[in-house]
Amino acid sequence: MLLNLFSELRAARVPVSLRELLDLIAALEKNIVFADMDEFYYLARAILVKDERHYDKFDRAFAAYFEGLENLNEHIEALVPEEWLRQEFLRSLSAEEREQIKSLGGLDNLIEAFKQRLEEQQKRHSGGSKWIGTGGTSPFGSGGYNPEGIRVGDAGERQGRAVKVWDKREFKDLDDQVELGTRNIKMALRRLRQFARTGAADELDLPSTIKQTARDGGLLNIQMRPERRNTVKLLVLFDIGGSMDAHIQVCQELFSACKAEFKYLEYYYFHNYVYESLWKNNARRYQESTPTHEVLNTYGQDYKVIFVGDAAMAPYEVTHIGGSVEHWNKEAGYVWMQRFLEKFDKLVWLNPYPKQHWQYTQSTQIIRQQLENQMYPMTLEGIEQAMRYLAT
Amino acid sequence: MKFAGTDSYVATEDLKIAVNAAVTLQRPLLVKGEPGTGKTLLAEEVAHAFNAKLITWHIKSTTKAQQGLYEYDAVSRLRDSQLNSERVHDVRNYINKGKLWEAFEAEERVILLIDEIDKADIEFPNDLLQELDKMEFYVYETDETIKAKHRPIIIITSNNEKELPDAFLRRCFFHYIAFPERETLQQIVDVHYPGICQALVSQALEVFFGIRQAPGLKKKPSTSELVDWLKLLMADGISAETLRERDANKAIAPLLGALVKNEQDVMLLERLAFMARQGNR
Repeated sequence: MLLNLFSELRAARVPVSLRELLDLIAALEKNIVFADMDEFYYLARAILVKDERHYDKFDRAFAAYFEGLENLNEHIEALVPEEWLRQEFLRSLSAEEREQIKSLGGLDNLIEAFKQRLEEQQKRHSGGSKWIGTGGTSPFGSGGYNPEGIRVGDAGERQGRAVKVWDKREFKDLDDQVELGTRNIKMALRRLRQFARTGAADELDLPSTIKQTARDGGLLNIQMRPERRNTVKLLVLFDIGGSMDAHIQVCQELFSACKAEFKYLEYYYFHNYVYESLWKNNARRYQESTPTHEVLNTYGQDYKVIFVGDAAMAPYEVTHIGGSVEHWNKEAGYVWMQRFLEKFDKLVWLNPYPKQHWQYTQSTQIIRQQLENQMYPMTLEGIEQAMRYLAT
Repeated sequence: MKFAGTDSYVATEDLKIAVNAAVTLQRPLLVKGEPGTGKTLLAEEVAHAFNAKLITWHIKSTTKAQQGLYEYDAVSRLRDSQLNSERVHDVRNYINKGKLWEAFEAEERVILLIDEIDKADIEFPNDLLQELDKMEFYVYETDETIKAKHRPIIIITSNNEKELPDAFLRRCFFHYIAFPERETLQQIVDVHYPGICQALVSQALEVFFGIRQAPGLKKKPSTSELVDWLKLLMADGISAETLRERDANKAIAPLLGALVKNEQDVMLLERLAFMARQGNR
């Protein structure tokens, strides 16, 4: 049974390993929780999930697992003889109600209707109903019967509550594929770190001073070393205006996070795609643009390049001479992009559009192809992946 | 023996189960959550509930894993050697025990709180893997192995400033203290201030949730801030009516400094309140 949950979790990409599964089994053996779905859910969550980002995925996988249990329904119905249900049912009715049942077409019809209702309820309210059977409580208990038909009421209420815990999906916001804020971006950007001690030796290396001094029998032997710095250099190019207006906030957040995180950060703006000029100040872009050639020649190949843009445009803006929507470009956009690719070792494109929509835009496909798939969605996970690629 | 909250700490169902699972299976419990939701307090209360000693190891950005085990004070040994002291011949005199050693050595089960593990260097948790797993470590200087007499209950808190390595996470149980719902919050307030005027509490909660919902707050006030604020309200004798009437007269709630901790947020709330008043006219 637990293996099902385990594989369900793996399928939902919750990082669980055998070790956690064994832990869970050990916990169950020690009877930390017993016969309570609610508590089992909490226990499984505490043991299997190690980060609140995965809570939402866990909730969904758990719901799926639980529905799987639901499908055992027929099996359980076979275990509880229908005769028994009928007996129990009839016993709970008053003479008056029995009369009404007859007027409504007899017990068989009603039970049929009840079963249907039961199925409906499962779909909407997974879990709440199955446990009626297994738990041995009468399905027609409190408020179960209604002269106008049969309603599955508060029987098995406890389980219903438990189901809601994961169906509520309270931790949706914490899923790293959704939320994005400066702090989180900074965390993601931290993947891109290359520490090195370079420059003048101006820091006292205390441990090795002590070591050397002790080795020299107490004669002070001072050791110096250069300071440790993040040596990553970053060149960020933002698409600005037009369809990017919708993504201003997220771009701002990315920008401010980058600024805080990297010492060597250069940025430029472009519109839709790169052509022969880029600019730094959007208000004065026509007065103060920088030729792209100059940018290509200024920064060394060890700069990591990040393009930020939605990559949604007319295909000819990428592929054709004169394709730009703003001016007559003598060389097609992809030629310029090719120069970037040749010059810099590592280059990625961050796209604020959700990944699943990319396939519907031809230009996105073209660009992605040109970049050899180094296009990432602008979610935390996407940024992290991009940084991981840049860092290698 | 099971942890079920204490009379001064309200533990939700999921938290209780996580704590009990960690205690029973003798695994460290990693606790995360918004600042001020009672992560550190949890360790104190668990210690209280199990009637055990609490050893706290506060982590700073400069803390090294080795410091939790022991430190070898080479400098004082060097000094002693130059002063021809007798102590110098025994290396044990220069080994300062760390918090983990202290916890391992204890004669009965203790609670070890490793507070704010995310503040340390990114490698810090990795350096503790073996120690937390086997609950033993090796002292090179004296050539001995320190083994826990009673496996301590380890509670680790994190504010999510750094991601913790997978290998470390695998060894822990995890609980995320979500921000409490209104009911739980009410319970927490009751536990802290029994006999507080209910009208004041419900009005204060109203204001509190209002502030939490304000868009774009840099730091949302959390449970501990609410508790502090209520204390101030009571100390100043502010009544529920005053809180209710504030919309009409003042821009923001009284003694707001306890809830909101930076000036941008205060400005934001003032602006929102101003806009709300404009809207009412």
